[in-house]
This record gives sequence, C-alpha cells and structure tokens, in this order.
Amino acid sequence: MLAELFFAFFQVGLFAIGGGYAALPLIREQTVTVHHWLSTSQFTDLVTISQMTPGPIAINSATFVGMQTAGIPGAIAATLGCIFPSVIIVSLLALLWKKLRGSIWWDTTLKTLRPVVTGLIAAAGLQLLLTALFPKGLSSFDSWALILFLLSFVLLRKTRLGAVKVMVIAGGLMLGLGLLHIV
Amino acid sequence: MNRLFQLFWTNFTISLCTFGGGYVIAGFMKDSFVDKLHWIDNEEMLDIIALAQSAPGAIAVNTAILVGWKTAGFAGMLVSVLGTILPPLLVLGVISRFYEAFISNRYAALLLRGMQAGVTAVIVSAVTDMILPQKNSVLWLLLAAVACGLSLAGVNVMYIILGAIVLGLAGAWRQVHAR
Repeated sequence: MLAELFFAFFQVGLFAIGGGYAALPLIREQTVTVHHWLSTSQFTDLVTISQMTPGPIAINSATFVGMQTAGIPGAIAATLGCIFPSVIIVSLLALLWKKLRGSIWWDTTLKTLRPVVTGLIAAAGLQLLLTALFPKGLSSFDSWALILFLLSFVLLRKTRLGAVKVMVIAGGLMLGLGLLHIV
Repeated sequence: MNRLFQLFWTNFTISLCTFGGGYVIAGFMKDSFVDKLHWIDNEEMLDIIALAQSAPGAIAVNTAILVGWKTAGFAGMLVSVLGTILPPLLVLGVISRFYEAFISNRYAALLLRGMQAGVTAVIVSAVTDMILPQKNSVLWLLLAAVACGLSLAGVNVMYIILGAIVLGLAGAWRQVHAR
C-alpha cells in the first residue's frame, strides 16, 4: 500500500510540468480513476481544501490521499513520492546552472526568460487580484477586499513589516470585521 | 543565526503563506531572500523561478531545491525541501480528519478572504520592484507584456517558457555568428 502511494505520486511529480493546476488532471487520474482512493466528490473537496490551506496543490493532495488511505505513514510515503522526481531533476538543473553560467547560450537564454517570468508572475498577480475583488463573478464586487489590498500594499511599500506579517494583519482584519458583523 | 536553520525557517514560513498556487511564492521569496537576507539578487531570483518552472513538479518545491543548492549546497537543499513540505504535511494531516467542518466554517473563510487580499498585495508589490529597474528597456517591457497577455489569455505556461527558451537560443546563435 505504501509503495503504491509512493509510485502513484511519483508519477504525479514526474509528469506535472508547469506547476499548480497543471497537476490536477494527473492527480485525478491516479487517485480517482486508477486507484479508486477517492470518490469524485471527495476529489472536489480536495481541490477546495488545497485552495484554503498552505502549500503546493500536489503536496496537499499527496498528504490528503495518504492520510485517508493509510494514515500518517501513507501521507509521508505519498509526499516523498511526489517530491522525489523534482529533487533529482532540479538538482541536475542546479548543477548545470553552476557549470554553464557565463556561456553565451545559457546567459542569453536566461536573459530572455527573466522578463517573461516577470510577465507570468504579473499575470498570476492580476488573476489573484480579480479573484479577491470579484469572488463570485463580475457582479459581486468586494469593497473590503479592495481596502485590505490597498492597505497591505501601502504597509509593504512604506513600512518594514514584511510580507508574512502584512498577510496575517489582512487576514486578522477581515476576521475582525466578520466578528463585528460588518462583513 | 545558523545559516541552515535560517534557510529551513524561511522556507517553512514561506510555505505556510503560499495559498493556492505556485507564483505566490515569488513575492515571498523576494521579500525574504532578496530584500531581508540579501542571499540572492533580483536577477538570480528570476533565474531560479524560470528554472523551477521548466522542470516537472510543484514550483514551490523546485524553487526551494534551487535556493537551497545556491545558498548552502546539498545540506541546504535538504533543509529547504523539508521546510517547504512540512507545513502542508502538518496542516493537511490535521485537516483531513475533519475537513467537512473546515470547508463550511464561516470564520475560516473570512480569515482566508483577508489573507487572499494581503497575498495579492505581496505579489503586486514584488512585480513593481522587478519592473521599475527596467522602465527604460523597451524590449524587456515588451517581452514581459507579451508573456503576461498570453498567460491571461489561457496559454499554457509551459509553452510560453519553451517559446522564451527558443527565442533566447536564437539570440545566442545570432551573437555567436555575428563575430
């Protein structure tokens, strides 16, 4: 059972290129179609929980499925399976990075990738912003989310609080507003 | 503070904060490793994310592996990965026992909604810092805008990265043959 969990998530870790939601169809195939560890509705719950909890969706899924099927050892086996391909492949990339730095091919490629990656991060930021401001589609503008976003932005730019503290403050404020029945 | 412990702890707190997807990590990484610890610079951070994105697996884990190797070798890689996988392992381990109650809890949803707004500000602020030094480079801004537009239009990130790699190699070929 533990070996099955390890190898199922080994495949998820090996074939999920592009990160995040690219892994979802693979996780679904392994956990619902091939192994019947989860029902379709449990899989939907898993996606919801992954969005509400920290960490990459693949690791979250590995832990969740491992716990459901074989307890704590299952969670550990599935998680290790999931990260194993990354550890090998990315370590080789790190080695290449060290060796090839300074060569014209490597440097020019990375020079082109830098603005592209910045653009991708900007796109992710815009998508997050839209989801935060319009949680249930364009007709549902969340003005408190806008206020908290602007406040967090000002705190990040003008104080030395740092990202983690600012995020906790934003969460705490929204919770406080809820407890006071304002939102 | 011991460098390995600091590496572990920084990755642990970053992982604890990355709700809902890979790129959130970029904002927190820049905040910790570039602005606070000064262990890597802005360009290296973008290189790390580009490499992490080009390999299979979760971006957060791949990023942790590269930061670990870069700042403290093999041991650094191990503690970075451990720091990154422990928070989801612990949190999901507990939540998977009573997840139905958690999903429908109003206060958990509120806390999350506020944190979502904060996380968004972290990313937007990080992107601002990456773009400002390049504000006079038209080609740089154009590449960034095209990538952003393609991603928003729903083009798979993998193809965008591959396209950029081809473009970069073509640029290198031209430089080699211009001599």
